[in-house]
Amino acid sequence: VADTAQRRPGLRPAPGAGRPLPALPPRARAAAFVRRHKLAPYLLLAPALAGIALVLLWPLAQVVLFSFQNYGLPQLTGAQPTQWVGLANFTATFTDPEFWLSLRNTVAFAVVVVPLTLLLGTAIGLLLNRLGRKMAAFVSGAALLAWATPPTAGAVLFYWLFNPDGGLVDWGLAKLPHWLVGSTNWAQYNWTTTGALQAYTVLTILVLWTSFPFIAVSVLAGLKTVPGELYEAARIDGAGSWGTFRRITYPLLKPIFLVLLLLSVIWDFNVFNQIYLISGFPGNQNEYNLSLYSYDKAFGFPPSYGLGGALALIFTFILLVITVGYVRASVRQGVIA
Amino acid sequence: MSPARRARAVSRNGIALIIGLVTLFPIFWMVSTAFKPSPEIYSLTPSLLPSHPTLHNFDTVIGGQASGIGPVWMFFRNSLSVTLATVVIASVLSLLASVAVARFRFRLRGSFLIMLLIVQMIPGQALIIALFVDFNKLGLLQNLGGLVIVYAAQALPVSIWMLRNFVATVPRELEEAAAIDGASAPRIFWRVLFPLVMPGLVATSIFSFITAYNEFIVALTFLGQDHSLYTLPIYVTYFFGRGGAQWGPIMAASTLYTVPVLIFFMIVRRRLVGGLVAGAVKG
Repeated sequence: VADTAQRRPGLRPAPGAGRPLPALPPRARAAAFVRRHKLAPYLLLAPALAGIALVLLWPLAQVVLFSFQNYGLPQLTGAQPTQWVGLANFTATFTDPEFWLSLRNTVAFAVVVVPLTLLLGTAIGLLLNRLGRKMAAFVSGAALLAWATPPTAGAVLFYWLFNPDGGLVDWGLAKLPHWLVGSTNWAQYNWTTTGALQAYTVLTILVLWTSFPFIAVSVLAGLKTVPGELYEAARIDGAGSWGTFRRITYPLLKPIFLVLLLLSVIWDFNVFNQIYLISGFPGNQNEYNLSLYSYDKAFGFPPSYGLGGALALIFTFILLVITVGYVRASVRQGVIA
Repeated sequence: MSPARRARAVSRNGIALIIGLVTLFPIFWMVSTAFKPSPEIYSLTPSLLPSHPTLHNFDTVIGGQASGIGPVWMFFRNSLSVTLATVVIASVLSLLASVAVARFRFRLRGSFLIMLLIVQMIPGQALIIALFVDFNKLGLLQNLGGLVIVYAAQALPVSIWMLRNFVATVPRELEEAAAIDGASAPRIFWRVLFPLVMPGLVATSIFSFITAYNEFIVALTFLGQDHSLYTLPIYVTYFFGRGGAQWGPIMAASTLYTVPVLIFFMIVRRRLVGGLVAGAVKG
């Protein structure tokens, strides 16, 4: 690949370019050095790279080290030396039933919520595409507000909606006939402490509410790129709306769906903030997901950064496998030009 | 329009209306609760709108009695200063880096781009442990500057990824023409490139704004018991965790935390959708 800096005088400092070297002022000499060694892109990249390396990459490397050490509070304060403990943190993790419970919660949640989000988001995206301008602006505006609500405020708000004392959901369910909502006494039903299933029901509705807008808007943006003639032709051939979706929309938007699928999986694995609030951390350990469990191990009592590190590593590994899929999908879509 | 098509259009609009209203409802309920006096909040027959609207909940939040850790403005100031500093730093660094990847071909360029994609997937929960240990050593734990460093770095991968598209669409000829007219490199950067990538900078700024304004786990872990440094989400969490069922004041605090962002997003709406779809990453 040709070095474009050669062709582009634009980012090369021009002054003093033709003069003899000893006459150059220091600034111009530095500029000439940068030009000669083609350093410009590296200099432009350096500050960002330093930030990423120090705050994202180096900590990740450290976490790997911690996961093989007994790093805890005494080691943090320097009261005791750090020792290598081999795979002890990993064996402790894999033999802890709490770990398997949190893994089960995480996976089950993703398995339920990811398809729900994608289906709901796609359906609303398709709907938005067929609405008149005013109605589309109303629905996408509402979706934007749901998406923009800070997760902490959203979680507190849904906790209040599902609260046993004065919450709207229990009041509404108690009003409904038994044949519809079962014989549970819904008045003052406690969604957050009764069990993991109930807490995750609240979480599911909350996460659906926050994440369908992004899917809907992305699908809508994809739909705008589909040439109208294709639909025209399908209509003339007598295709119904389901047939049109299956034969035209879905194949054309498949790359977008793939990326949205992977992003949703990653987001739903990463849910922390909302479950922290809904489970009332620290409490209701049966409601922890993997990230909350690992946070509890690292910063609970007693804090064990080694154990937390091992868990973070397992968690990152799972996400990395998913990410590889994401990168491959991106490459196939041609976003890495 | 045939009757069947008209019926379909009507039902489509009906469904759309219901979806819009259901989506808006939780936000509406938050604001409505914030204006209700206590007896109405816990009433056995909740009403949609407060029948005796009151500012009492806001008063206790602004005065600081309800949360017990200070007036809401203190946390607003913390959140705003952290967010603005993050936006400025992340914008400058990502603009420089995106010029490098969009305008130059160099070794490791491809690896750098792939590294960005992978790095943005590292879960915050994985990094927080090492960051806590490091920032503890540096004495930056109970420090808003420490938060800014982490947030700016976390916003970089996505910002660079989004901005490079914007930089790449600026025609090189413009810069070349300016160079022929004798403009220096910094001048070309500020006078030619910068105004043209401004829409992209707005989009990435919105992204780093959300990252910093909403961030939870780092602030929660770093700030610990130093109430005076709490950002808004940590303040709301503390308030919520205090118990005592103060739903009126808590909803008032959540409203004050949420509504400014919602207004801001309604204003920047157009740019936001374009920018997010262009970047199509992380929310």
